Amino acid sequence: MPSSVRVKTLRIDDLDVAGDEQQTIFDVAIEHDIPIPTLCHLDGLGAVGACRMCLVEVTNANQTRLQPACATPIEEGMQIVTNSPRLQEYRRMILELLFAEGNHVCAVCVSNGHCELQGLAQSVGMTHVRFPYHYPQRSVDASHRRFVVDHNRCVLCTRCVRVCDEIEGAHTWDLMGASSQTQVVTDLNQPWAEAETCTGCGKCIHVCPTGALFEKGHSVAEMHKRRQFLPYLRAMREREL
Amino acid sequence: MKAARIAPPSDDKRWRVVDATMRRHGYHAHALIETLHATQESFGFLDEDALRYIAATLGVALSHAYGVATFYRRFTLKPRGARHTCVVCTGTACHLKGAPALLDALHRRIDNDPTNPPVSIMAARCLASCGLAPAVVFDGKVVGNLTPDLTIERIEKWLSDES
Ligand code: SF4
Ligand code: FES
Ligand code: FES
Repeated sequence: MPSSVRVKTLRIDDLDVAGDEQQTIFDVAIEHDIPIPTLCHLDGLGAVGACRMCLVEVTNANQTRLQPACATPIEEGMQIVTNSPRLQEYRRMILELLFAEGNHVCAVCVSNGHCELQGLAQSVGMTHVRFPYHYPQRSVDASHRRFVVDHNRCVLCTRCVRVCDEIEGAHTWDLMGASSQTQVVTDLNQPWAEAETCTGCGKCIHVCPTGALFEKGHSVAEMHKRRQFLPYLRAMREREL
Repeated sequence: MKAARIAPPSDDKRWRVVDATMRRHGYHAHALIETLHATQESFGFLDEDALRYIAATLGVALSHAYGVATFYRRFTLKPRGARHTCVVCTGTACHLKGAPALLDALHRRIDNDPTNPPVSIMAARCLASCGLAPAVVFDGKVVGNLTPDLTIERIEKWLSDES
């Protein structure tokens, strides 16, 4: 770690804690075993603050704001609440919206039982969806020899986009379109098999929180994601500094 | 490091406009939107060849160029059906100077015409020509200080040139 790091002190829930200025609220919270739910965040990838699952109440200079813990750097004197009835309500609502917006049918999904979306829904006690389901028309691309993308299950977390850009350096994935038409694409929205920048490394498969990206040959509930490479790479980089 | 310069997809003169835009920005990746605009304006749409050429020259990922091209409604990947486009500015200055009346007049002239004239009417927010308000872009050319009559005159000219 660079020697010029400055330490900041803050309060998370009932705990006085300290961290270095480059850490986010989420980083400091997990160091102290304070759980904050996340979805788009993944240790080892850049933060985007896309899903808002990790919202916390941050009071600083007499102002309270809702901020994403994964993308908010710590500041001196911050007072943070990581769990409150209001936060629980928002987190449930975000999940309900994600379920209403896609076509998430756990019973037939390769990731059933290992899906982060499903896991979050259970952990926040989501019992039903208050919003009308959209049942959008979305496609499945199984053109690739080994991999499949099922857009019905995509929550647009952009983990695949980031791992492909930041770690593999191929930048095959990105988002296209806007609002309800947004989806992930390979190259110029070509079938995956024809995407010439794809190296076939499979990292995107393993970071995807749902069953949107999976490997062929796995049936219901059989797809396990392996992510050890991310904390490993991060540790290696830190050692080099 | 800059990507090696590659040749435009064809010897169409319009690529010069596109090239000039990229050169002006030092072939930086941040010139993507500018360049897509120049291409859209010169060709009327962004096809795969154009996206490949621009992405390679600016050194941005194909999927990123595609993402930007599909995010903004101003860009189209296919030629628009209509032969003429008429973009009415509805920014603050133009709005105050009568843009709604221009739009009204245009819609009345085009929408109710049973011959289905090949003109598409669009609205945009501030063309950065506020001094000319109200402004309209007729087939890529900005014309200012318009009245409903002057606007319709131009449309009639297009239509009579065609017949
Ligand atoms: S395919 Fe998976 S990793 Fe990629 S954006 Fe969708 S849910 Fe996230
Ligand atoms: S986990 Fe923080 S915004 Fe998604
Ligand atoms: S408001 Fe119309 S050009 Fe600025």
